[in-house]
Amino acid sequence: MQQPYLEVVGISKSYPGVRALSNVNFSVRKGEVVGLVGENGAGKSTLMKILGGVTEPSSGTIRLDGRDLARLTVAESMRGGIAFVHQELNLFENLTVAANIFIGREPRRGGPLRLVDDGELNRRAQPLLRQLGADFSADTPVAVLSLAQMQLVEIAKALSLNARLIIMDEPTSSLTASETERLIAVIARLKSEGVSVVLISHRLAEIERAADRVVVLRDGKCVGELDKAAIHAETMIRMMIGRDLKTLYRVPAQPPGDTVLQLDGVRTSYRPEQPVSLDVRQGEILGLAGLVGSGRTELARAIFGLDPLKGGEIRIAGAPAAITSPRVAIGHGLYLIPEDRKRSGLLLDFPIRSNVTLASMDAHSRYGLVDRRAEEVSAEEQRRSLDIRTPTVAVKAGALSGGNQQKVVLAKWLSMAPKILVFDEPTRGVDVGAKNEIYGLMRALSDRGVGILMISSDMEEVIGISDRVAVMHEGRIAGFLGRDELSESAILSLAVGRLAA
Amino acid sequence: MISRKDLSLLILIIVVGTVVAIINPRFLSPINLSNTANLIGLFGIFAVAQAFVIISGGIELSVGSIIALLGVLFIDLVAAGSLSPGLAFLVVLGLGCLIGLLHGFLVARVGLQPFVVTLCGLLIYRGIARYYTEDATAGFPFGASFPTLEWLVAGRLYGIPHSLIAFLLITAVMGVVLHRSVYGRHLFAVGKSEEAARYSGINTTRVVITAYVICCALTAVAAVFIAMYTRSISPSSHGNFYELYAIAAAVLGGCSLRGGEGSILGVVLGTVLLQVLQNLVNLLGIPSSLNFAVMGSVILIGVLADQQFSKRKAG
Repeated sequence: MQQPYLEVVGISKSYPGVRALSNVNFSVRKGEVVGLVGENGAGKSTLMKILGGVTEPSSGTIRLDGRDLARLTVAESMRGGIAFVHQELNLFENLTVAANIFIGREPRRGGPLRLVDDGELNRRAQPLLRQLGADFSADTPVAVLSLAQMQLVEIAKALSLNARLIIMDEPTSSLTASETERLIAVIARLKSEGVSVVLISHRLAEIERAADRVVVLRDGKCVGELDKAAIHAETMIRMMIGRDLKTLYRVPAQPPGDTVLQLDGVRTSYRPEQPVSLDVRQGEILGLAGLVGSGRTELARAIFGLDPLKGGEIRIAGAPAAITSPRVAIGHGLYLIPEDRKRSGLLLDFPIRSNVTLASMDAHSRYGLVDRRAEEVSAEEQRRSLDIRTPTVAVKAGALSGGNQQKVVLAKWLSMAPKILVFDEPTRGVDVGAKNEIYGLMRALSDRGVGILMISSDMEEVIGISDRVAVMHEGRIAGFLGRDELSESAILSLAVGRLAA
Repeated sequence: MISRKDLSLLILIIVVGTVVAIINPRFLSPINLSNTANLIGLFGIFAVAQAFVIISGGIELSVGSIIALLGVLFIDLVAAGSLSPGLAFLVVLGLGCLIGLLHGFLVARVGLQPFVVTLCGLLIYRGIARYYTEDATAGFPFGASFPTLEWLVAGRLYGIPHSLIAFLLITAVMGVVLHRSVYGRHLFAVGKSEEAARYSGINTTRVVITAYVICCALTAVAAVFIAMYTRSISPSSHGNFYELYAIAAAVLGGCSLRGGEGSILGVVLGTVLLQVLQNLVNLLGIPSSLNFAVMGSVILIGVLADQQFSKRKAG
């Protein structure tokens, strides 16, 4: 057996009051793909920070190329060939691909003038892109690339630094199914060239496919290691949460009622030539699946009045509604839980209390002045009913975990008697436990007669909780699938534009 | 409740005041205190005004020019006797609102950058003021007197200048608007994240326009007080750099130029500190040409200290 390229032995890390890692062993061999899974807060990021040289372990040894070290500095980590591709990409969108890859290390010409040698820059970048099978050239501006392509740029940058281990943190959370496929192929390529990969992901299906070995963390401890043959999503989930995940789907309490939201030939500015028609009934969760770029978010924006309609009609409870702004939508009891909750859903610097009441100040004010007591009462009520984990509602929303932040976004709308809720990627960046709670809440809402439209790129989620699924392809509805017709392949074949069988 | 930032500002004011008083006891003489109070009142009104725009995430650079233009107009209307002082005040106030409406519209509706819009305002209003008076100094004719008006805006009550009283009244009302009203909540939300505010159904355009209207209307009030204080206005220099005093006071008082942060109390304290510093320059015999340099240095040190402090707290 060949000696591991990188090994951490008995690593522990304590912060005041928290033991983030205790006695973790973790190793990576040359050309090996290691999956690292665990709920949020299990210690994955702490472990990665230690490998990146950002955080110093409290005890333990790091063995890099057979050398024992008590800790790594950032420079040592980089020299050792460790590179990161973070969930949030760090690219300069105003520069070209090549300029990004060689940022800070630009080839120069012109002697004392120190001009950038763009020709040489592109010549050096091109082979790296070819190596990854990229379908764009080195002089493309990053701004025009898709998220998946930008990720390749990050990987190319890592390779240009002679990376021997690339640590990818949730690389697929924003990718479509086909883009994910391509990333998995890229990982295989890296592996064949002897580059090791650590893949951190909540999406267990791709860990199953890409990883040679899986390490499961829970509460800062290494709770299991699975070899290729033993990698199964159910096993990983059981180890991650220490219990079996109930099957996701919860049967609605009653059959769906009247149509609450009807789109009749709605055209958005995104793809004005494609009319979209669908209806959401009371007590129903309609999943809206499709590839990224298929126009789902744009449709949601149009329904919520953020973008003007280019044609068609929206009917709410049977009556035509001219939704020209989010205010009008909210007036109809139609609320949006947006995809990017940190930017659009929440004011991170505001206390939970003010976030909950932000959209319903009328109900929480008298004579134009804010009624703080009423705010406190509403927010407390929501905190209890949604089980938002916080000591008080005066805590800033930004201090909460992803799952709890999402509950605050929900709380904002639940305090206002929703009729229709549009969820855009409801559980992105939310850990497994909180995910389950959010699914439970969605079903509880639909059982109270709310119509739910759920956009999701997470196949498990679409299949797991929708009563019915509409699949979008290039701006149009490619087809509808009933609960009993739901399968990954049925959704995918519609999403890529093949007609339903 | 007083925030940590405001408290440290208050302490700084007390320390600076004490030092000045020890070096030169004239600092505490009734006449000096009353003069300083008057200046605090005059500058405070438009500093509070500025804070509203800064909290919205914008900036209002035309304050000084508005003060010159509206001041000239006010004096002209009153001196010519064409309007009673009360009516002239309403006209000036109305013009202030119109200017604010225009700025707000260009920023929030048309989508121009606040810096650009109000920089153009700075040039335009100054130019109009100079053209209107043909670059001559506007003032009241010799011997003309308007006792009621003068008492109202430049008088004193038990030695307290009316400008300070007006400032405190305005501050109280605006404090409630900013910190207690639904509008204030919406303003902070829009300043913090316009997108999140819009997704919550807030009419962000109206919130921003209102901020500019409040700012320019209060600046119009300040213009009248300042015009009656100086009594003669040379349109090329009157109010020069006043926007910078306002921005400095707001920033010292904890407003972030990124928007969404700030407090009325902070702005008041910021104004007080600036005026105490001015006074310090005069009383300690520092050449008055160094005036701006002293102010700039103190602001820079204050902001640096604050940043170091918050970094340590975060780290």
